[in-house]
Amino acid sequence: MIKEISNEELETLVSLIHRQYGYDFSDYARSSLKRRFQRFMGYAYIGGVNELSDRLLQDATFFERMAQFITVNVTEMFRDPLFYKTLKDLVLPRLATYPTIKIWHAGCATGEEVFSMIILLQEAGLLERCRIYATDLNAVSLLKAEKALIPLKCMKDYTQNYLQAGGMEDFSSYYTADDEHAVIHSALRRNIVFFQHNLVTDQVFNEFQLICCRNVFIYFNRQLQDRVLRLFYDSLAPLGYLALGLKESMMFSEESIRFEAVSAVHKIFRRKS
Amino acid sequence: MQIPSPYDMIAIGGSAGSLPVLAELLEQLPVSIDCTMMIIVHRLKNVPSDLDRLLSLKAPITEPEDKQPVLSRRIYLAPQNYHLLIETDGTFALDYSEPLHYSRPSIDVSFASVAAAYGPRALGILLSGASKDGAAGMQQIIAAGGTGIVQDPASALFDTMPLAALELCPEAQPMSITDMVHFLTELKMSAEHDQ
Repeated sequence: MIKEISNEELETLVSLIHRQYGYDFSDYARSSLKRRFQRFMGYAYIGGVNELSDRLLQDATFFERMAQFITVNVTEMFRDPLFYKTLKDLVLPRLATYPTIKIWHAGCATGEEVFSMIILLQEAGLLERCRIYATDLNAVSLLKAEKALIPLKCMKDYTQNYLQAGGMEDFSSYYTADDEHAVIHSALRRNIVFFQHNLVTDQVFNEFQLICCRNVFIYFNRQLQDRVLRLFYDSLAPLGYLALGLKESMMFSEESIRFEAVSAVHKIFRRKS
Repeated sequence: MQIPSPYDMIAIGGSAGSLPVLAELLEQLPVSIDCTMMIIVHRLKNVPSDLDRLLSLKAPITEPEDKQPVLSRRIYLAPQNYHLLIETDGTFALDYSEPLHYSRPSIDVSFASVAAAYGPRALGILLSGASKDGAAGMQQIIAAGGTGIVQDPASALFDTMPLAALELCPEAQPMSITDMVHFLTELKMSAEHDQ
């Protein structure tokens, strides 16, 4: 059993990383951050927090490896199929009234949710009019997202999700496959730009009709959630939509009064004008 | 009426074959005890689930949302496709990192966070299951001064989970379903007596 990291040790690590590398994890939710550090130590055969601190101070490459590991990059295509179905039924018809539709995927990881969205938009006949901005803190994830390589072993699950989400085509018509990967057709991806953006420190960069930020808030404490909700409010056109993860809540934030629920179950909100 | 209990948190984990046992435990549940109960069972993801409603027939159960305060005399069920943790400030935290033992929610993840948040005031219970998830978490609960109870492997439909826990945690007490029900009822009785 690896020795549990104490709260003090965790704070020391967070401030060391901030000082040395400029990444600020001080407003990340503590329990899962601690768990990520703990798992990284197991994975990198680091015996204790002192050893970890020493390595971090001396070795920038080691830090990059750790940053890659502790920022969660897990994602799925059409995760929570009924969310996508609700989006298609309630939100896309409204988006269709705009001549240009701008969408921000904040915290897109390796892009699976973005690819789900473009398939949905394609089937609604809207993709041509969309500009999709997909951002993440993690540069390595973004490189993977740009290649749109999806492990082939996941495609069976994703096909099921797609069908449950109300997909209308043969799912395999959206990708080509080799022995290991499915590649989403590049023609579908032409309106996506991927770039690095840090929700902790970066600012508004455009105005959107829809922001998707699903299962990113869970890694933030309430202060940071408030900050990011303000950022989203300022980044949304009046009556623009915001989608969060199914178990993420606005209930505990004062910013919630500036949004109204479109679907409380599927966590789709709308900026009040 | 609030009744004190030696535990602030009773965390129950299970997988294959655990639902009937859970239903039976919940029927006998000491709901009037001033403590929180948290259930972590392996579930399918991305399919509509009636599990919380099914279990709610026995006792009211909710799936917590992120940052929701942990209240006593409530029963919480770990939602599909998330790990469920507890912050030291007494709120729930969800986590979508990779599955552990092919499972998300993972019992190990929740038990470890229960151990850190509750120390000696945590009771961990592991039921039937065909995976080793939960054993390491139970070890952490016990190391933090908490109590571990494991369903007697002979009475479990799938004994991999209880066997793994007993092997890793010699301090954990194996119990039949009847004994577990009895233990929980005693908890309620002694708490009432203390009043």
